[in-house]
Amino acid sequence: MEKILEIKNITKRFPGVLALNDVSFDIHRGEVHILIGENGAGKSTLMKILSGVYQPDEGKIILNSEAVSFKNPKEAQEAGVSIIHQEFSLIPYLNAVENIFLGREMKKKNGLLDKKKMKVKAQDLLDMLGVEINLERPVQRLSVAEQQFIEIAKAVAVNDRILILDEPTATLTKREVKILFQLIQNLKNKGVTMIYISHHLEEAFEIGDRLTCLRDGTWINTRPVKELTQDEIIRMMVGRSIDNIYPKRTTKLGDEELLQVRNLKQVDSDFKIDFSVKKGEVLGIAGLVGSGRTELVRALIGADQTDSKEIYISGEKVETKSPEQALKAGIGLIPENRKSQGLVLDMSVKNNISLASLSKVLNSFLFLDKLKEKNSVTRLIDDLNIKTPHMYQEVKNLSGGNQQKVVLAKWLRTDCKVLIFDEPTRGIDVGAKVEIYKLMNELVGSGLSIIMVSSELPEILGMSDRILVMHQGRIAAELMNCDQVTQEKIMFYATGGANNGRVN
Amino acid sequence: MAELTKNKSKKRWNFKELLKVPEFITFMGFLVLCLAMILFTDRFLSSTNLINVARQISINAIIAVGMTFVILTSGIDLSVGAVMAFSGTVMAAAMANWGWNPFFAVLIGLALGMLIGLVNGSLVSFAKMPPIIVTLAMMEIPRGLALLYTGGYPLSGLPASFSFLGRGYLFNVIPIPVVVMLIVYIIAYILLNHLPLGRYIYAIGGNEEAVRLSGIKVKKYKIIAYVVSGFTAAISSIILTSRLMSGQPNAGVGFELDAIAAVVLGGTDIAGGRGSIIGTLIGALIMGVLNNGLNLIGVSPYVQRVFKGLIIIVAIYFSSKKKNS
Repeated sequence: MEKILEIKNITKRFPGVLALNDVSFDIHRGEVHILIGENGAGKSTLMKILSGVYQPDEGKIILNSEAVSFKNPKEAQEAGVSIIHQEFSLIPYLNAVENIFLGREMKKKNGLLDKKKMKVKAQDLLDMLGVEINLERPVQRLSVAEQQFIEIAKAVAVNDRILILDEPTATLTKREVKILFQLIQNLKNKGVTMIYISHHLEEAFEIGDRLTCLRDGTWINTRPVKELTQDEIIRMMVGRSIDNIYPKRTTKLGDEELLQVRNLKQVDSDFKIDFSVKKGEVLGIAGLVGSGRTELVRALIGADQTDSKEIYISGEKVETKSPEQALKAGIGLIPENRKSQGLVLDMSVKNNISLASLSKVLNSFLFLDKLKEKNSVTRLIDDLNIKTPHMYQEVKNLSGGNQQKVVLAKWLRTDCKVLIFDEPTRGIDVGAKVEIYKLMNELVGSGLSIIMVSSELPEILGMSDRILVMHQGRIAAELMNCDQVTQEKIMFYATGGANNGRVN
Repeated sequence: MAELTKNKSKKRWNFKELLKVPEFITFMGFLVLCLAMILFTDRFLSSTNLINVARQISINAIIAVGMTFVILTSGIDLSVGAVMAFSGTVMAAAMANWGWNPFFAVLIGLALGMLIGLVNGSLVSFAKMPPIIVTLAMMEIPRGLALLYTGGYPLSGLPASFSFLGRGYLFNVIPIPVVVMLIVYIIAYILLNHLPLGRYIYAIGGNEEAVRLSGIKVKKYKIIAYVVSGFTAAISSIILTSRLMSGQPNAGVGFELDAIAAVVLGGTDIAGGRGSIIGTLIGALIMGVLNNGLNLIGVSPYVQRVFKGLIIIVAIYFSSKKKNS
């Protein structure tokens, strides 16, 4: 196998952190190379070095047997290394063609834009990738998956040598993931080399040729995927094997219905939704992206407007017209996007954790009792094992898993009786996942109720006592979680199975 | 050798940490400026001049307090100059034309400033209008009303006792406006650093949606920020009216820009979420010392404006560089 890219003894330090420690491995021409590791393992740092965002402190990168050093992403791209970030860089108001050719517009001889030619080129490109996209529509009106395909097309249009995909499936539905994998296969057939960062082990097996694992900034191993098992990979990632990702609960479910939701009708919906959650229960809400899961929980806490709803806590009616009223009633939402909805990124870990519960650390003059605040925050950082140099660290410098724990800590400080987790483990590593699951178990053990919205079916099956499956804005099925419930059964309802009479 | 590099890197790191404190850079800038003024003029250090500078600074510095609150929430308040004109003329009218006691005149002045802030804040919070447009409109309305009432002429004939606030001294040394300024800053410091209010104001500027989903009344706190701004502008208006001993419908033109400049010079991020009230005070000091020094040197007022603009650009250059690093 020919080496297209050699990573040699790369070391990168940040103040107080050794992000990468003497990392070396090779990427072969034309392979899909899976890069795996927990959050904070150094994957992102390494990819930022490869794509020119950072420069290494030591070591070198050899591209096509030639040592290179990229001063910025543009240089990297020109040399043949492009990266597709998790956050897209498309202009929302422009259409696919305009986005693909942004900054490299084709012109006619008279200097005007050659729109026809660009459209044909863009269509060719998308045909090559094997995806169908409306070229007229502004990309903001396309689905996340379609936007991602455009992002890839845009990168491939500039260079088709090495493509770095950073967790491309994090926000895609199963069907979209299939299309993406087909697209990756098409690119591979064209001879494009890809580095694929992921947390989903099954994806590694499905599309990966070889796999490299990083842990705590050091290289652990690089091996062909075929030779590996899931357990082996997990062991490489966490340095130990995780026997059970979904820890068992010992709590017995009571009969008391802690939360009842009646006649919840969203503004643009034709359906009224009713459901309830028992004390100590984990209620899973499954469904495809766009099935109305997030909308439902946001409407529940008053983050979005509703036409009607009646909410009861322990049989008593409460108002939840705004998140503030919901908090007072004892219902809190841990939103799906921690960066844009869960955290004030520029603020410290301490200030984020105590944000929703400052009323608990006031002295008798209603001033902040900073010592009291510090003590309670310190306790939570220890309890949740949040990895941060100190509580004054800005939250944006933490890894995804630790950021998520900060959001959790914020809600644990409140007196909420019902906590809603929307995609609680999106984009975080196995180790942090297990910690969050354990914490959820502790919470229901102490008499709280949890509603968990998730796209990950194993997580829904592993954690829920009961499962609601949503399809097109309403509850398509309610399943008691027992051995008979399978991923297939959930998907059957989530895709409207029972509705149109099809049998799986 | 290894020991040496370690020490060196540690030291550099500490200095970097210090550079991250926004007030530090600003304060250094202030010291350099003062040093320059001492070198280039012989009167800068005289006690009369320093007292004079302090008094001149106080008006802008007080407006800048409310401006800091608003900018921290990622808003802006262009209406402060108009608030000064409006509050000032109504105050003057209350005393000169309606025969009110100065105490009540001052109260009505403050109340009107807060009212305009309330209108600004409500339009921004409830109607979700952009702060720059709302307060741009509110630059016109109060000033228009002030001009309408006075016909464009100053209102004089204020009771002599009222002059104390603008012209008086504490212990015969410290000008009253300076005393007021210090009190306003102390209160603002406490509000921003020791009450939940301050935490919320910073957080809203950082990520409003996250704060809202945390169950905090975002609208309420944004409105409070604008009310504080109207309030501090009204305080400045009292001082100015008292100093001039007349209500000026043309008072405060362009003052919003000086206040914004002081806030930004003080290291507060114009996009909100970061900054400090101490920084704002230093920013206002820089603006004031610069004005005074250039006057002492004999630089023409026109050139001074160019200078002021350049200083602001330099300050913003460093603060955005710092932010992006």
